[in-house]
Amino acid sequence: MKRLLIAGLCMSLMSFALSCKQGAKDTIKIGAIFSVTGPASFLGAPEAKTVQMVIDQINSTGGINGKKLELVLKDSGGSPEKAISFAKQLIEEDKVFAILGPSTSGETLKIKPICEKAKTILMSCAAAESIVNPVAKYVFKTPQKDSQVCHWIFKTMKEKGISKIGIVSGNTGFGKSGKAQLEKIATEYGVKVLISEVYDKKATDLTGVLTKVKAKGVQAVINWSIVPAQSIVAKNMKQLNMNVPLFQSHGFGNIKYAKEAGKAGEGIIFPCGRLLVATSLDDSNKQKALLVKYKTDYETRYKEDVSTFGGHAYDAITLLVEGIKIGGTDSEKVRDAIENLKNVPGTGGIFNFSAEDHNGLDMDSLVMLTVKDGKFVLYKK
Amino acid sequence: MSFEQLLQYLLSGVTMGSIYAIVAIGYNIIYNTTGIINFAQGEFVMLGGMTAISFNFFMPLPLAIFLSVIIVSFVGAFIDIVFIRNLKKPSVLNMIIVTIGLSTVIREVALHIWDEKVRSLPYFTGDESSSINIFGAYISPQVLWVLGVSAVIVIGLTFFFKYTLPGRSMRACSANITAAQLCGVNAKNMVTLSFMLSAAIGAIAGTVVSPITMTQYDGGTSLAIKGFAVAILGGLGNSTGAVVGGIVIGVLEALSISILPSAYKDAIAIALLLLILFIKPSGLFGSSEVSALKEY
Amino acid sequence: MKISHKYVPVIILLGGVILFQLISTLSGIEYILTQMTMAGYYAMVIIGLTMLMGYTGQISLGHAGFFAIGGYTSAVLTTQNLAALKGTGLADFIMNSGLSVSMTDTYGQELVYLSPWISLTLAILITIIVAFLIGIPILKLKGHYLAMATLGFGTIIYRIVLGAGIFGEADGISEVPAFPVLGGLSISGDSALRIENYYIAWFVLGVGVLLLINLVNSRAGRALRSIHGSEDAASAMGVDTARYKLAIFVLSAVYAAVGGVLLTHFNGGIGPSEASIMKSVRYVAIVAVGGMANLWGALIMGVLLNFLSLRGYFGSYDDAFFGVILIVIMLFFPDGLLTRDNFKGLKQKIQRLIAREKRTAE
Repeated sequence: MKRLLIAGLCMSLMSFALSCKQGAKDTIKIGAIFSVTGPASFLGAPEAKTVQMVIDQINSTGGINGKKLELVLKDSGGSPEKAISFAKQLIEEDKVFAILGPSTSGETLKIKPICEKAKTILMSCAAAESIVNPVAKYVFKTPQKDSQVCHWIFKTMKEKGISKIGIVSGNTGFGKSGKAQLEKIATEYGVKVLISEVYDKKATDLTGVLTKVKAKGVQAVINWSIVPAQSIVAKNMKQLNMNVPLFQSHGFGNIKYAKEAGKAGEGIIFPCGRLLVATSLDDSNKQKALLVKYKTDYETRYKEDVSTFGGHAYDAITLLVEGIKIGGTDSEKVRDAIENLKNVPGTGGIFNFSAEDHNGLDMDSLVMLTVKDGKFVLYKK
Repeated sequence: MSFEQLLQYLLSGVTMGSIYAIVAIGYNIIYNTTGIINFAQGEFVMLGGMTAISFNFFMPLPLAIFLSVIIVSFVGAFIDIVFIRNLKKPSVLNMIIVTIGLSTVIREVALHIWDEKVRSLPYFTGDESSSINIFGAYISPQVLWVLGVSAVIVIGLTFFFKYTLPGRSMRACSANITAAQLCGVNAKNMVTLSFMLSAAIGAIAGTVVSPITMTQYDGGTSLAIKGFAVAILGGLGNSTGAVVGGIVIGVLEALSISILPSAYKDAIAIALLLLILFIKPSGLFGSSEVSALKEY
Repeated sequence: MKISHKYVPVIILLGGVILFQLISTLSGIEYILTQMTMAGYYAMVIIGLTMLMGYTGQISLGHAGFFAIGGYTSAVLTTQNLAALKGTGLADFIMNSGLSVSMTDTYGQELVYLSPWISLTLAILITIIVAFLIGIPILKLKGHYLAMATLGFGTIIYRIVLGAGIFGEADGISEVPAFPVLGGLSISGDSALRIENYYIAWFVLGVGVLLLINLVNSRAGRALRSIHGSEDAASAMGVDTARYKLAIFVLSAVYAAVGGVLLTHFNGGIGPSEASIMKSVRYVAIVAVGGMANLWGALIMGVLLNFLSLRGYFGSYDDAFFGVILIVIMLFFPDGLLTRDNFKGLKQKIQRLIAREKRTAE
């Protein structure tokens, strides 16, 4: 009995305590849900750092139109139920102007209807096509389309005369989506998929899977996964004496993965945004200036290599800011502004939005890169 | 399946199997002396790899490995002295819960010390692309290191338990703790020693396997589950059983890839574990009468 | 009408629930009802688990698996849009016999789906079958073996939902539609329906608690308490311990599954993280903190901790926090935090403090 009374008291006290929240007046609240810890931390950690850095930079120059930005960051740990709870919190409680993230497709798909219904702009950093297809008015995404990545891979393969391949992919949402796109698009380039295997994302030894692939006599291997499998596949292939070219997805976008693969990483070919070869771009390239600036700022502040994942978050916040510059603090106007952005350079490419295209990137946003002497360089035929 | 393919699968299976066996032996050492199953065993492997990698930045590899093993064994001792000794109500449930809690906390601490990135030790010999041809199957030279080190550990432990005083004292504790105490064995210290020993061999396994499998802050959990499955398969407390069990599970996992989608590979060890538990919980080499008599 | 004294706690709970809602609405923080609703559904799992761990002494490190079985079953069944399948035998049968629900979805398309009442029933049936089949061999085990077997079960469920295409693999299932209950009420994440969903969740939980109280105070309950005291003695007295253990195992599984179904409809989706081992460990941690056989302790701690976790109070240290709880509780409060002994001890300490103050004042 007493226990219950005490519990009841606690609950009431809790609700009183929670009601004492002050709101800052002249700031624009931006919510962010990233998987800073947990299984998707290689996405969420650089994304959160990037957003923090950009917002600090904007605030140090006085904000947008005199209004400073206030970041409300939530760590969802990669779990969708937390993402849902945080999304509702950010919208109803913190009354944020827009939400950046989440980092994974699974979480984004869960909060897509919530944001759409609440008419809150969502700038997702996750890759699934279904985030923007069917198009929801308030939901945008910044990573490149998986299908475009596949087209680049197969184009290159056709040039190299490869027609028989094996696909290995991880059992993450990213891997599943990539596998589906690869198998669908392969036929357009006359490439035959002899074998397609899915492995566990936490697998530490892939010699078994690759033995199966090797036995089919493939001319190339495509690996579509997240870390650490990317480096493990490269090493295992060399250890198994498989000397066929290894293609990777745009998930390979961090020099650390190439370093991990060491000698076995030489010659890996993959499509990616231009961020990783920023310094070797032509000065006339529209993206070069901001890529070099982002790379230098991030690496100076956080003392770690820049990655394309952080780049997606960079694009998310920059595009939102562009929208706010045009539309002020009216979310309808900002939404319309973002939807009509054309020719805006970002790390992922040059963005051209429209009512049907809430991703804004095309084939030209990617380039083929390869690993040479432990560094990323542009791939030349 | 060709002979080379079969040999390839077997080699890959035996490699991972020997790591599982080392983890299982770690379980057995602590279980034998105390009756506790230490769910944090997998974390010792992870810690061994992580600390060695950090040390390797400013000292040569052998020294880094040596230091990391020492440090991790002190972590093992710390866990025993601070947590296990102070358990007010050492029931099975409580001990399981405490060690699960410890495993979680160690993992999160590792995350905050080292962050989420994946890293690895350099190969002991050769590099990432070296390959040795054995009758048509290709392996990395590191595999030979794994097999070699595992064998040395198993032989070393057998020698330790049979011929040295601390080893025999630990065996006395596992047979009958009161009788051992009556003979002058300091049971509390033996327990600490068993934790240190388990942690040390876990750490060694972690360093030798790191170049192949890489080390990540949450790499310990799946090893803990599989290692436990191996320990039960071989009979809890039986180290020969652990070795055999490890190889069996490792090879079955590797061969399963040729039939099932490889994403389900992890479920093999679990399914096998459940099967053993339902049919003969005392394992391949354990005797059902003895396990029924044991307190836990 | 004389209300039996065993129901008084339930009435106090009801009062507390209403009071909480009124306070939160009046102070303008009504949005916290969302997290309270979610915590309420998780509490369904926890009170079932308390019965299992407390009264029959069986640890279960895989209970998140049953939650997932419930949630995923309902998610898969209700996300098939029957409007698209008009003309096929089964779809028409379902629509014509009134077993379906229609509404428009977020994109303005017509959406017809299987009535969630059917999927709830199916989820419960499947859970009963699975729990029964798993329970028979598992409950023969003891101690570590039992723990590992339940861990193994939970891992297998996790692997299945993570690996199978029908369950959406790593992305899980999204766009799970609302669950219309009586009249105009429905379980969904719509913020306009926040208050009614809060009451629905706590009503379901209240009914669950009521059933368990009745169980504990019945003949079966006494048999259970005897098993908790000493299994061998109970068996010697003629109590069929195996049957009771199995029955409670199945019951706790059903509670978890019901929580899973309803929360999935409230959230509008489910992901493989709901079946993970860390989730199961959390449930065990909460039961341990509340006190193994302490229904109310577990309920209070469960709601409190899940509420705080869902609101992000623990930030990036969420898992670490639960790990620390496990260690601290097992070391210092092996019988749980909210037990009678602890309260008595606390009361004595406070009384002594007050007495000392009185003395120094004189």
